[in-house]
Amino acid sequence: MPVFIPSSLAEATQLLSTNLDAHLLTGGTDMMVEVNFNHRHPETVIALRKVPEFQQWNIDSNARVVHIGSSVPYATMEHGELAKALPALAEAARTVGSPQIRAAGSLGGNLGTCSPAGDSLPVLSALDAIVHLQSEKATRSLSFAEFMVGPKRNSRQPDEIITGVTIPLTNGWQGYAKVGVRNAMVISVASVCLAIHDGKVRVALGSVGPTIIRCSESEAWINSVGLENVDHAIAQEFGAKVRAESRPIDDHRSTAEYRRHAVGVLAARLLLRGVQK
Amino acid sequence: MSESEHYTLTVNGVERKVSDAWIGESLLYVLRERLGLPGSKGACEQGECGSCTVFVDNAAVCSCLVMAATAVGTQIATVEGLNEDGSLTDVQEAFVTEGAVQCGFCTPGLVMAVHHLLDHNDSPNEQEIKEALSGNICRCTGYGRIFAAVDTVISVRKGISS
Amino acid sequence: MTITKTQRDILGSSALRPDGISKVQGDYEFSSDLHAENMLWGATLRSPHPYARIVSIDVSAAWKIAGVECVITADDVPGQLTYGLISEDQPVFANDVVRYMGEPIAAVAADHPETCRRALAAIHVVYEVLAPLTNPEHAIDESHEPIHPDGNIIRRQRIVHGDMHATAPIVVEGTYDIGMQDQAFLGTESALAIPDHDGAGIEVFVATQWLHEDRKQMAKCLGMPEEKVRLVLGGVGGAFGAREDISLQVHTALLAMRTSRPVKMQYGREESFFGHVHRHPAQIWMRHHANTDGRIVKIEARFVFDGGAYSSTSSAVLINGVTHTQGPYQCPNAIVDGYAVRTNNPPCGAMRGFGVVQACFAHEGQMDKLAAATGIDEVEIRLRNIIHTGDTMITGQILESVAPLERCIRETAAMPLPAEMGLQPHELDLPGGSGRTADRRNIVRGIGWGVSMKNLMYSEGFDDYSTARCTLTNGSVELKFATSEVGQGFVTLAPQIARSVLGVDEVTYDTIDTQIGSAGSTSASRQTWMSGGAVDGACRMVRERLFEHVGSLHGIEPLRLAIDDTDIIDTIGTLRISVQEASANFTVSETFEYHHRQTEDLDENGQGNCHVAFAFVAHRAVVDVDVELGLVKVVQIATAQDVGRVLNPMSVTGQIEGGIAQGLGLAVMEEIIVTNGIVRNPSFTDYLLPTALDAPQVLISMIEEPDPQAPMGAKGVGEAPCISVTPAIVAAIRNATGKSIDRCPVRPQDICF
Repeated sequence: MPVFIPSSLAEATQLLSTNLDAHLLTGGTDMMVEVNFNHRHPETVIALRKVPEFQQWNIDSNARVVHIGSSVPYATMEHGELAKALPALAEAARTVGSPQIRAAGSLGGNLGTCSPAGDSLPVLSALDAIVHLQSEKATRSLSFAEFMVGPKRNSRQPDEIITGVTIPLTNGWQGYAKVGVRNAMVISVASVCLAIHDGKVRVALGSVGPTIIRCSESEAWINSVGLENVDHAIAQEFGAKVRAESRPIDDHRSTAEYRRHAVGVLAARLLLRGVQK
Repeated sequence: MSESEHYTLTVNGVERKVSDAWIGESLLYVLRERLGLPGSKGACEQGECGSCTVFVDNAAVCSCLVMAATAVGTQIATVEGLNEDGSLTDVQEAFVTEGAVQCGFCTPGLVMAVHHLLDHNDSPNEQEIKEALSGNICRCTGYGRIFAAVDTVISVRKGISS
Repeated sequence: MTITKTQRDILGSSALRPDGISKVQGDYEFSSDLHAENMLWGATLRSPHPYARIVSIDVSAAWKIAGVECVITADDVPGQLTYGLISEDQPVFANDVVRYMGEPIAAVAADHPETCRRALAAIHVVYEVLAPLTNPEHAIDESHEPIHPDGNIIRRQRIVHGDMHATAPIVVEGTYDIGMQDQAFLGTESALAIPDHDGAGIEVFVATQWLHEDRKQMAKCLGMPEEKVRLVLGGVGGAFGAREDISLQVHTALLAMRTSRPVKMQYGREESFFGHVHRHPAQIWMRHHANTDGRIVKIEARFVFDGGAYSSTSSAVLINGVTHTQGPYQCPNAIVDGYAVRTNNPPCGAMRGFGVVQACFAHEGQMDKLAAATGIDEVEIRLRNIIHTGDTMITGQILESVAPLERCIRETAAMPLPAEMGLQPHELDLPGGSGRTADRRNIVRGIGWGVSMKNLMYSEGFDDYSTARCTLTNGSVELKFATSEVGQGFVTLAPQIARSVLGVDEVTYDTIDTQIGSAGSTSASRQTWMSGGAVDGACRMVRERLFEHVGSLHGIEPLRLAIDDTDIIDTIGTLRISVQEASANFTVSETFEYHHRQTEDLDENGQGNCHVAFAFVAHRAVVDVDVELGLVKVVQIATAQDVGRVLNPMSVTGQIEGGIAQGLGLAVMEEIIVTNGIVRNPSFTDYLLPTALDAPQVLISMIEEPDPQAPMGAKGVGEAPCISVTPAIVAAIRNATGKSIDRCPVRPQDICF
């Protein structure tokens, strides 16, 4: 039978170990597009929606981390406790496709597909999320940077399943912004997540490079300037430095020039929002 | 087709057998072409129009993006199941009386989306309504009469409850 | 719940759609919902190249796939190998050359859509790729070899009117680019073809705008007499011009004839982008000469419409464009040169607004430039130039239509502007929406204007008509017409007409098919006028017969009788009898063919009475712009539209709001992007349509000045809403940003750089 619906993690990893070419399906919102558009002809599918661990999330206030299972839908992240704990993730989740997509789609899908335009990925990068993988025999945890290695490429091994992510809480402001040429339901042209922790800024960019870009030079610069010194001019300069770290391309959705410009503008604006100026 | 899948789906509370299906079939295809439920419409096949909106375990999702064979064990509700005695729901009635229907292709999906919204929020504001319907493209109406229909349902429901 | 009615659904009432209940319940049968016993699925193989020679086609592997019942190519077309609305220049299947990306090469019929896909993948085509002609100017300057036996220029039309040497102190010019828009109806192309048992004929259920024209083209290609091809309208999920040309009709019918089995074909969204024509991208140069008081003295213009690989309706689109150079303004002198050319880009043809959208974008840009150059307010400059009934247009034609243009502009201007943005706006009300890109301080508001006139019905001597039959029996009426219902609401209007004319309440309509004369196309804002005129005429004929019947029974001269509500009354006597009672055991049926007045071809100087009638409209747009990011939120559109007479207020409102949304799409987001002949965004992920969050507030005034030339005084309302709204929005963006933007859609980079 080519469709498996395992009801435990152990069953899922076991199935995968004996069907290494199987397609792993969480919400289906990426894979079914490819099937419908005749770009993919699945033969074996392992649907993960019944694995309880993948649907769970919790906020560990002692360890100051949030754990989110790979099948938790974006809709769950938009409101409530998760949104309070991780506002940038809530803002990113809200921009994923349509309400119908957000009811089905999940971090497991964004991570599995690893598109540079994946809306949640800049947040995972900026918040130093850890990605958890499990095979029948072993468990691995990777930083986001180790996990995403290229456009639609990640370091998941064929026998591994993305079980979830652990996201450290920040003690400062965090936010997300995304440019699309429509007020809702649009693929990212450029996106930025900015988070402040222990008075230090972290910033990550989406859709402006082969992977999510963590702007280490811009971060170092602004942290040397100091958040207390941020004004409009500093924010503009920060934006220019972020712009310089982006590596966008031209495609049918936008131009490299515009994308470079946009991440600079967004980074400056988010920084000002972060320091409430 | 050489491949064959056999499974059972629960649609509008009824168990429906699906035989000799191809694994890649979407729930939308199975509903329309195998189960005789063409009320859900396909217009984009990629979750960008909402015409195929159904409820799976009470979540409003695009049936074109649900692999049908993986929906075993879920409760699936379609526009055909909204009111099986053939009468109209308040949302359906308001769509007709407020002129929210033109070509009608987006209509079943929108009716489902509006029901889903109002089932979870009995007094949404303008932005909440627009955001909740932002996944349902209508090409004919420009949405004005659709908003009018939603407003009508909200006030009628409030009138009844107060 | 059940719907209760409180008033009669006559003309002027917001009668409800008769198909509304089935549509909200999901049981309305769209063409894609149809099924037949023993049915096969059809699918089309399309060219990946914009221009290539076909060296060979090998279909043998496709035939070997289990479940495949038929594979056809150009060699299997029994009749004429090409088709087309105006010029028959488009192959049913390419056989020697492909001229655009997506051109059909072969079709298959099989037991399952996935089997079809595998069969298509198994067809081996060897191409010799050629250098495509993609720049329309290269078609004009003859620097590219002809890509079609008919040449690279589809039509050239000049207009020379008045004094060619006239000039004036104020001169403004601009070059305007309009992108390729898609109609993007939601219900993609679909048809179900069922061959007759004897194999001599075929019945085809299809979503189309014009059943009889489809039949004519199909019969020729199938090599069958027209009467053997019966077309029935399948439920149509929107049209907007994209169903004026045939798409899958011949392919589906041919597969069904070959297999002697029913065949259903349905395009997916990606295929739909290749399966129908689009709005012409155009480049328009205009130079306006005006006096210092702002009055236009002369317009010079050059139009280039990129028709793509096949001609479709390009020649008519061109005429609409060039003859609307002046817009709704007086212009004594004009020199216009217009081209519709052939390229290896996607074929373009009819879309709502049909050539006038492009012309209007240019002339309204010019009016704003003229306002700036003269220092006259943008509303005032338009008012000073507006055209009136009786004025001569640049074609030499005298404008005979009622032209309440001043009212359109003044009533629009009088509508309230939206409240200023508060200090803490909701994030979804800002440009960028849910992306949360902007803060309040990043936003600038702008206001812009657009005014237009649009011809109604077909032009240039086309003997246009529509047919309807009215049958009255025992107080109820059945109507019959071949008018395509595509969502616009003719099926609501036609019974309203019958109720008003005949004083009945019970009105039904028969299946919409080819078992009656043509109704013409549901396009060109023509069905209320044309098919409405036909229904009105047929009902009036039946009424005359009814009056004769009643008159003879009661010894009253029929001329004295009239309909009063649901009664027949003697206007100078006391008789009052209900129509129900008067028509008891009485059946009368009449068919009426409505023709509009004759028009004529343009001569070589573009002179001639080529248009039937015109409608007018004004739009005022308010936008919020994030100038730094180039993102736009359209806040409000105010509009006053010349509708002649409102026959159904709710339907007219729906047409206006819907048309505005399409014009908004063209202004800020909708464009098919084509690079070297390759379509880059054939999906709803990348071809963006306005969502509920993009819809502006719309304020509407319907200007009622019944036109004596129109059958019920009513003008068509379908196209006017989507024409000047686009330039109004772009003008508002210019107003907000101070940037000169002469293209649409406006992209973020057009604003922020």
